[in-house]
Amino acid sequence: MKMIWEFFKGTLVLVFRGSKAYYAWVFSLLGLMAVGAFAYAHQLQAGLIVTAMRDQVSWGFYISNFTFLVGVAAAAVLLIIPAYVYHWKPIKEIAVLGEMLAVSAMIMCLMFVTVDIGRPERFWHLIPKIGILNFPQSLLAWDVVVLNLYLVLNLVISVYILYNLYHRREPNKSFTTPLLLFSIPAAISIHTVTAFLYNGLAARPFWNASILAPRFLASAFCSGPAFMIMLFQVIRKYTKTEIKDEAIFKVAELIAYSMFLNLFLLGAEVFKEYYSNTIHLAPMQYLFQGLHGHATLVPYIWTAMIFNVTAFLLFLIPQTRENFVTLNIGCVLIFFGVYIEKGMGLVIPGLAPDVLGEIYDYSPTGIEFLVSLGIWATGLFVYTMLLRVAIPILNGDFHVGEDGTTPVIADQMFIVQRPERVSADAGK
Amino acid sequence: MSDKEARDKRILRLSRRKALKGLAAGIGALALPAKDSPASVWEAFFQKNFRELGKEDLQKVLARLEKEYSAQFGKAVKVKATPPVEGVLFGYALDLSRCIGCRRCVYGCVRENNQSRDPQIHWIRVLQLNKEKGVYLEEAEHYYNPAKVPEPGRFYMPVQCHQCKNPPCTKVCPVQATWTEKDGIVVVDYNWCIGCRYCMAACPYGARHFNWKKAGLPAADLNTDTHYLGNRPRPVGVVEKCTFCIQRVREPSGRYTACVEVCPVGARKFGNLLDPDSEIRYIIENKRVFIFKEDLNTQPKFYYFYAT
Repeated sequence: MKMIWEFFKGTLVLVFRGSKAYYAWVFSLLGLMAVGAFAYAHQLQAGLIVTAMRDQVSWGFYISNFTFLVGVAAAAVLLIIPAYVYHWKPIKEIAVLGEMLAVSAMIMCLMFVTVDIGRPERFWHLIPKIGILNFPQSLLAWDVVVLNLYLVLNLVISVYILYNLYHRREPNKSFTTPLLLFSIPAAISIHTVTAFLYNGLAARPFWNASILAPRFLASAFCSGPAFMIMLFQVIRKYTKTEIKDEAIFKVAELIAYSMFLNLFLLGAEVFKEYYSNTIHLAPMQYLFQGLHGHATLVPYIWTAMIFNVTAFLLFLIPQTRENFVTLNIGCVLIFFGVYIEKGMGLVIPGLAPDVLGEIYDYSPTGIEFLVSLGIWATGLFVYTMLLRVAIPILNGDFHVGEDGTTPVIADQMFIVQRPERVSADAGK
Repeated sequence: MSDKEARDKRILRLSRRKALKGLAAGIGALALPAKDSPASVWEAFFQKNFRELGKEDLQKVLARLEKEYSAQFGKAVKVKATPPVEGVLFGYALDLSRCIGCRRCVYGCVRENNQSRDPQIHWIRVLQLNKEKGVYLEEAEHYYNPAKVPEPGRFYMPVQCHQCKNPPCTKVCPVQATWTEKDGIVVVDYNWCIGCRYCMAACPYGARHFNWKKAGLPAADLNTDTHYLGNRPRPVGVVEKCTFCIQRVREPSGRYTACVEVCPVGARKFGNLLDPDSEIRYIIENKRVFIFKEDLNTQPKFYYFYAT
């Protein structure tokens, strides 16, 4: 007990120490969180009328962000598969960083759902026994279950591994390996359940296509790893962790395959709707061409299409894949491309035109932006805090002392540019 | 363990307990109602789902709501929880050949069911459609506003809750805040709904409406004869819908819904589907009836027909 308490105190000391860059980053996040909190307080007081959502388009920016982030959370963990298959050396690091990204993304998901509901204080109605969870009938009940399980699972695995490394002992493989392996189907299932949440609604033809869940997975396998590639580079530049180029390029290659699958599935959908030309074509027309003079989504989706196709080509061609400039451009393009496609591009056409044919042009209000910004800042804050503890542990800079209780902190700075890496980069 | 160590440990534990206490008090002060706020706030917060309320609990809840609404609107408000009548399954039929699109039903419904006037919530949506194209929703006019209806070449199709036998909306609710009553009416417990709006995404008829803002309902306009599952004033942040005027139709006198009463051309028919001699059964058996979005297998108890 005392050991855990000392460890906890050590982590607190750790998060308060860092370079100026670290402090600047953390305080700007805290600032954005405060802005988000104020915006949310305003929304709580005035009601969801301060959003642009209405009866016709009853889900909007919040649920779009939620959907995208479920994908990020799922894909971060799926990176464990190639790490195992290709025997990458920093497999522990990839696992821990991925699981922690999943934890942060899950927290953001839960926050996005919370800010979207009309009566957040009634959340306890969802708790089985105390309230009534409509399981297994409601897919939303399924989502509540799998998202929370996934959050706990990832938290347990990463904290267990880190706590053992802190005590300078190898984590017990017979405990971690089954859990790590279980986290893979769990990752797939959270995204599948989230897809089914939309998929099961016969009233909404745009969502009621069986290709939806596979497309969700394919696109998630693009955005999550794209984020991880950028993160790997930041981490190896500013900390002592070594991540080989080879691993990064391999991930990029996997992204290319996933993006191909994503574009192929999209093409299959576009063909089916346009060729059969039934009344169910309307949402797709609204998305890609505009319908009856309403074209709010058209610029967004074409931006996403251009981003995705460009990134696909960049990742497909070995020369551009293995050049860090084009690689990073590709990552950014994919992240935002999928963010648009799996966010607004998925949620809004499901609801517009609405079930009686009315088109309400939804576009988020300032309050929705600020609340969402606050949640993103919270997620990044959580991830930063987790990394602040995890990276020194992984590098052996934060561990238990000789007496077996007092922690030793060797890493005082965090986020400092490592001179040797800079010169190595400059040489390229 | 030396004395000093033991003492230190105790001090640490004490301070930790104190800190926890302080934290709890702090959170309590922030999140929970103030000390002098009425006990009813707590009762409302911890109220159970309508279907789990015992007889006594239900009476308490109704009394609490009556008190609350009466204070809020400055006049006596009745909140009933009349149960379904045995042997009754409500059904509705709407004659498209008669409807003239005057929207009296829309506003009659608003008056009867205490919908918000600002922003306006309508449980009935009347579509203006082109006779040449039939029920082609993509070109339906929702906000038609001519000096006189009906307009030539047009017909009118009012849409409201279809009280489906296979309702997609109740299935998706994560907390069972909405369900089908024994007499076939799909209801919402406004005190249990968490406002996630999944049911709104699931409904193929656009029948569910959300309180995006605190309802703007002037006291003078309030209908004081209300039902818990029907037309009582709704809180902000929950979903509401047509209940076939549950506060009227379950009365022993067997009143019609407000929209049936107000329709100037007699296009709206309402009755007991289980009664073989009812008007609704006659229509279903003898007129040209169709069901809206039949392919979705929602099995509505709301039928459209052409009498002439």
